[in-house]
Amino acid sequence: GLGAIALAGPAAAQDPLEPNTLEEITHYNNFYEFGTGKTDPAENADAMVIDPWSIKVDGLVDNPGDFSLAELTDGLTIEERIYRFRCVEAWSMVVPWQGFELADLLAKVGVQDGARYVAFETVVQPENMPGVRNRVIDFPYVEGLRLDEAMHPLTIMATGLYGAPLPKQSGAPLRVVVPWKYGFKSIKSIVRISLVAEQPPTTWNMLNAREYGFYSNVNPTVDHPRWSQATERRIGGGLFSSRQDTRMFNGYDEVARLYDGMDLTKDY
Amino acid sequence: MALANSINGAVRRVPAWPLYLLGAGWMGWQFWLALTGQGKYGVEPINVLEREYGLDALILLVAGLAVTPLRTWAGVNLIKFRRAIGLLAFFFVLAHFLVFALLDVQTLGRVVTEVVKRPYVTVGFIAFLALIPLALTSNNWSIRRMGPVRWRRLHKLVYPAALLGALHFIWLVKGWPLEPFLYMGGLILLLALRLKWSRIREIATTRRGGARTS
Repeated sequence: GLGAIALAGPAAAQDPLEPNTLEEITHYNNFYEFGTGKTDPAENADAMVIDPWSIKVDGLVDNPGDFSLAELTDGLTIEERIYRFRCVEAWSMVVPWQGFELADLLAKVGVQDGARYVAFETVVQPENMPGVRNRVIDFPYVEGLRLDEAMHPLTIMATGLYGAPLPKQSGAPLRVVVPWKYGFKSIKSIVRISLVAEQPPTTWNMLNAREYGFYSNVNPTVDHPRWSQATERRIGGGLFSSRQDTRMFNGYDEVARLYDGMDLTKDY
Repeated sequence: MALANSINGAVRRVPAWPLYLLGAGWMGWQFWLALTGQGKYGVEPINVLEREYGLDALILLVAGLAVTPLRTWAGVNLIKFRRAIGLLAFFFVLAHFLVFALLDVQTLGRVVTEVVKRPYVTVGFIAFLALIPLALTSNNWSIRRMGPVRWRRLHKLVYPAALLGALHFIWLVKGWPLEPFLYMGGLILLLALRLKWSRIREIATTRRGGARTS
């Protein structure tokens, strides 16, 4: 509650975040495993099997292995974080997540020297996922973060939404949420977490590197080649809602120091 | 051709004007659903309405371009509906553009920027511009004034316009979904069916014959 609001930083002090409704958050999703339409995940995700759920932790860690969700999250503090969520398609929402800091999980599995990135992988269940059967993109969906990004206190692993377990179309049972990056970095329904030395391949970057950089920080001054990123449409405003200006790092200015000395027009 | 004849017979009794009512009704109904946030418009109506009108326009362009091949290859004559189909296609493109300009992008400066800077918008905008003279001359008076030859030549502009519309669709999506390619494929097929195949075969045969004797 309060801790989350404080963490949202100075931007939150200017305008208290009004979360979108559960209906809006769960009926406007990109989860291509279930189809490319915004309502496809809500219609199709029900078929995904999430119990039992096993997560492989491997790479440069002290405690590798296959863990059940309960084993992996045991002892971690779940808290609420109300975050702005900005899609690369220039729309946005505000989402009340429940989850734990990724840094706490990384501490638990023991990150070894030499690990510089964290790689994630989404589950693939072809028989339950029409988008996988249609091969709309290459699966499994993979994403990654630089270790300092993964360790930042704003980066969470979400397990819940609006006080209930994560709905399947929102990435049940476990997903990343990195609020200062475009939404596709916040990978859903994770089955593998690998600590690695080299920058891992990421799905949209492999599909089109010019349009989707590895970093993909929300940045109003670097346009997507096919559309502007200067403004965004806040979901839930109806047919006549006005566009809002997009903020650098989605308003989470405290992460700016992670990118000191980097040219964000090149490392977009 | 019994089926074609019975279709042609039935068509003779159906007037074209209800198509305008159907088109306007559908456009208004979709706007009403978007305004009140019903069904697929529930969460984010602007983009959904924009895509609905754009897709409707593309479907109508495909339908309009199917009229001639249907007559040549199947003997089904739907020519009396073609003007209504074409005009409706234009009005859905116009509605698509207005939703884009007024509800989505919202300021004139940004509309100009989008049209100039984004190739997929440029392509769609060119298709829109190309359809304007066609809509303006879709009346008997214009045909009389221009003469059928010039009128027909002008209205061939619908070929590039439709192809640009399909390209606009392919270009705006993320990844490689099938749907935009189906429209492009359908349009290419409908345009290919207009080629004079017998004439092409003749030319090819003559060329081959020529090569053999030399």
